[in-house]
Amino acid sequence: MDVAAEPILSIRNLNKTYADGFQALKDINLDIHKGEIIALLGPNGAGKTTLISAICGIVRPSSGQVTVAGFDIVKDFRKTRSLIGLVPQELTTDAFESVWSTLAFSRGLFGKAPDAAHLEEVLRALSLWDKKDKKILTLSGGMKRRLMIAKALSHQPSILFLDEPTAGVDVSLRKDMWNIVNELKDEEVTIILTTHYIEEAEEIADRIGIINNGELILVQEKASLMSKLGKKQLHLDLAAGIDSIPEQLSPYKLELTSEGNRLIYTFDTQSEHTGITALLDDLNLAGIRFRDLNTTQRSLEDIFVNLVNESSEENTGAPV
Amino acid sequence: MNFYGVMAIYKFEMARTGRTLIQSIVAPVITTSLYFIVFGAAIGSRIQQVEGVSYGAFIVPGLIMLNLLMNSISNASFGIYFPKFVGTVYEMLSAPISTFEVVLGYVGAAATKSVLLGLIILATAAVFIDLQIAHPVIMMLFIVLTAASFSLLGFILGIWADNFEKLSVVPMLLVTPLVFLGGSFYSTDMLPPFWQTVTLFNPVLYLVSGLRWSFYEIAEVNVLVSLASIVAFMLVCLGIVYYMFRTGYKLRV
Repeated sequence: MDVAAEPILSIRNLNKTYADGFQALKDINLDIHKGEIIALLGPNGAGKTTLISAICGIVRPSSGQVTVAGFDIVKDFRKTRSLIGLVPQELTTDAFESVWSTLAFSRGLFGKAPDAAHLEEVLRALSLWDKKDKKILTLSGGMKRRLMIAKALSHQPSILFLDEPTAGVDVSLRKDMWNIVNELKDEEVTIILTTHYIEEAEEIADRIGIINNGELILVQEKASLMSKLGKKQLHLDLAAGIDSIPEQLSPYKLELTSEGNRLIYTFDTQSEHTGITALLDDLNLAGIRFRDLNTTQRSLEDIFVNLVNESSEENTGAPV
Repeated sequence: MNFYGVMAIYKFEMARTGRTLIQSIVAPVITTSLYFIVFGAAIGSRIQQVEGVSYGAFIVPGLIMLNLLMNSISNASFGIYFPKFVGTVYEMLSAPISTFEVVLGYVGAAATKSVLLGLIILATAAVFIDLQIAHPVIMMLFIVLTAASFSLLGFILGIWADNFEKLSVVPMLLVTPLVFLGGSFYSTDMLPPFWQTVTLFNPVLYLVSGLRWSFYEIAEVNVLVSLASIVAFMLVCLGIVYYMFRTGYKLRV
């Protein structure tokens, strides 16, 4: 990924207020680079789908600008939309159509000449080739989900939006989908996905954006987000409870649980010295014995929940 | 111009007709045959000639017009309403295709189906009566213009409707009475003077009159007035469709 290059997708001051006055997007700014996988996390109703819909042309932005490969999505909609593939959240299909004809329809709709070889390639990649002549209504839910992806890939887009692609999908299909996403990444397709499965974002995304109440409250490289906020904690279960932390242990900024039988030490896994060895030595010198120890790492989910709660508190003055 | 996009919509809509052949073609042909048997043969044999034409032949343009109007509206309205209803319209809204091209695809397909149906009804009529067409080119012009403009009306209806009831209200409660009261099955000369004047406000009268002139050179109003009416109606429909897409009416929020 060449971050110095022009972003393939650039969003500036994007706002969307619906006719009933509900503000679904508030001043969104975001640059996405070619070949990047960015995961958008957020609770239900946060604005994720509205953001995707605004970029794809389904929702009309109230203000702001979006460019795709340098082209404005309103003035140059033909150029921008032909570069984008969208897999919507809902399984919306023409039940009475065959798999092949719906795929051919999608490719034509996006202005591409018929190309049976490409459609076959897409169907094979998604394990749908043997279903090509079947009516869509005969497909299982998982198969329909694959078909939605196939339709979005039928016109060879450079940017793929996946709106909750694994919602209601079994484990094996989910793994297949992420394999497909990785293959697309190898072909330098830019992928923007929304998901409720935080571990998936953690596993697959290059960057993570968190949306809440229509605001993009954070966008960061996954690795730096994890190292910045992903501190580890060492839990020491004491052999005998203590009333207070001895003075000589104050540099470690330990926490003592209310029962007095557990010490918690927070450290940064990315730093050169974690301080664990010195702490254990000093505990020994202070005569504090422990019977068990374990470490825990803050997951992306913890970070996400904290950020969403902080954002909600700022907006409402009360925790959610 | 997104030629492949227009063709994709057109082919998709035409394929839908293929899947619903009985509903789209067989049913109107049977209905028309029944009209000829009941009105043409049974009742028509007891009716004098109307303006020098046998009653069976007189009602042919009216029957064609009735089917053109009903089928143009239902084909085009269903064509755009169904993607809205099942949610597949997202694909069209996110595709690199303009308003004009979308209309060309949907309305083109609906109008094609109606024209084909009109010609099938004409062929069915030829089985029952001795058919004469004085101006075949003008007849085709009326059939094509009517099919295209009422397909546009159907397209507008399909965007406007947010349930199946609304979709069927306009053809059933508006178009059917207008066709029946628009001189499809009688000459307005048969009416009292007051109702003759009222009928002049029925737009369908102008269509039936124009089409009948192309068959038998008999008309309620001047054929040029009929042509101008259908062209004006088409322009109004085009204006409404343009407004709907420009504002995103019931399509883009």
